[in-house]
Amino acid sequence: MIGLTDIEKRFGDNVVLKGVSVAIAEGTVTALVGPSGGGKSTLLRCINLLEIPTSGTLRIGEETLAFRPGEKAASKDVQRLRRQTGMVFQNFQLFPHRTAIENVMEGLVTVLKWPAERARERALALLEKVGMAHKADAWPATLSGGQQQRVAIARALAPSPKVLLCDEPTSALDPELAQEVVDVLGQLASEGTTMVMATHDLRLASKIANEVVFLEAGVVVESGQAASLFANPQRERTKRFIATLRHEQESGGAA
Amino acid sequence: MPHWLQLMLESLGPLLWAALVFTTPLTLLSFTFGLIVGLGVALIRLFGPKPLVAVVRFYVWIFRGTPLLVQLFLIFYGLPSAGILLDAFPAALIGFTLNIGAYSSEIIRAVIGSVPKGQWEAAYSIGMTWSQAMRRTILPQAGRVAVPPLSNTFISLVKDTSLAAAITVPEMFQAAQRIVAVTYEPLILYVEAALLYLAMSSVLSALQTRLETRLNRYGGFLEARA
Repeated sequence: MIGLTDIEKRFGDNVVLKGVSVAIAEGTVTALVGPSGGGKSTLLRCINLLEIPTSGTLRIGEETLAFRPGEKAASKDVQRLRRQTGMVFQNFQLFPHRTAIENVMEGLVTVLKWPAERARERALALLEKVGMAHKADAWPATLSGGQQQRVAIARALAPSPKVLLCDEPTSALDPELAQEVVDVLGQLASEGTTMVMATHDLRLASKIANEVVFLEAGVVVESGQAASLFANPQRERTKRFIATLRHEQESGGAA
Repeated sequence: MPHWLQLMLESLGPLLWAALVFTTPLTLLSFTFGLIVGLGVALIRLFGPKPLVAVVRFYVWIFRGTPLLVQLFLIFYGLPSAGILLDAFPAALIGFTLNIGAYSSEIIRAVIGSVPKGQWEAAYSIGMTWSQAMRRTILPQAGRVAVPPLSNTFISLVKDTSLAAAITVPEMFQAAQRIVAVTYEPLILYVEAALLYLAMSSVLSALQTRLETRLNRYGGFLEARA
């Protein structure tokens, strides 16, 4: 349902993604793992076009957009694809001047032009789903990191995106607060939400992901089903990386 | 009643009338128009095409770099030689507006730049266009940061409107000058004018505090970003 074909991304002379192709089926959860600077965040941001690929093709559902070097993508096309996606950021990025429920309503009211009443109803239902309905009228500044991230998940889901993109959704949180967020994402996964997440958090990846894509230096080193890839990685590089993550997690360091 | 007090009370009426009819409208109008100019200039400097950026930088350079009094004289006394004849009030309004526009554009440019890039991305990620993100997400946050520096500009403006007396606008300071011309009591009248400016500035400072409290109701920015 989501297809990235031969995606290349350059920042000046720096080639961050070197012809990455990934297919993501509807209703699955794909974890992008790999060392920092390997390109997983950039790849994720190429799906909702916060970064515009230098070349390659992006397909989300029925919408397709091809990129060519030196050609600027039309902002209408960017909007068309972006509106198929929702995104959760590492640092939450709630709008600090809006309450929790206003954050969730914002996309519905401003972008989709829903009447406020209808938007409020949907926003409340989503806050309920992430366990934040009791804080609907709270300012983001008064919420814990885990609570802010759960509101951010509700905000991303509000316009019913085809895919939820999560960029290190737990790495700004201590383990206890990260668990709240893992639980919410796990519940969404079990309900069939299509997700792609860039993460260092092995607990998050192994608990929720069906598929894993291991990226290093802008290329896909190995990809496959999560269970088999974590248990029995084929490539030496993947083995070492997963062993390191395990070690970090067991020694109690935040992943 | 002592003489000085009697004189102050007698002249209070004309001074307040001049403040109401000239000082206040001149201040409010030129601040409003000045902010619109300032926002436009700031947006051009941040997002506009290069040639236009050069034009507005030139404008800011000129209006920040020359004395306000000279600007007013040029507009009121100078432009007629070039065939542009303006009444005193519109001439003052144009001068103050352009001056405020230049100063406030720098403030607005800085506060828009102070909103983290992540807020733009969050706005884009829920499907907003550039102008929706600007209006709904960036400007409200920038506006809060802008209150103290823009209040400074506003309070300066209230006092600077006294310069309009020099181009024949009968505002409050000129009203005081006219009373001095017949009473020969400069000390009393100018102290009175100074006190009235002080009172106006104090009211504005109090309003600034109230506005800041209101805008602070959603708590700190930094905590919200954890």
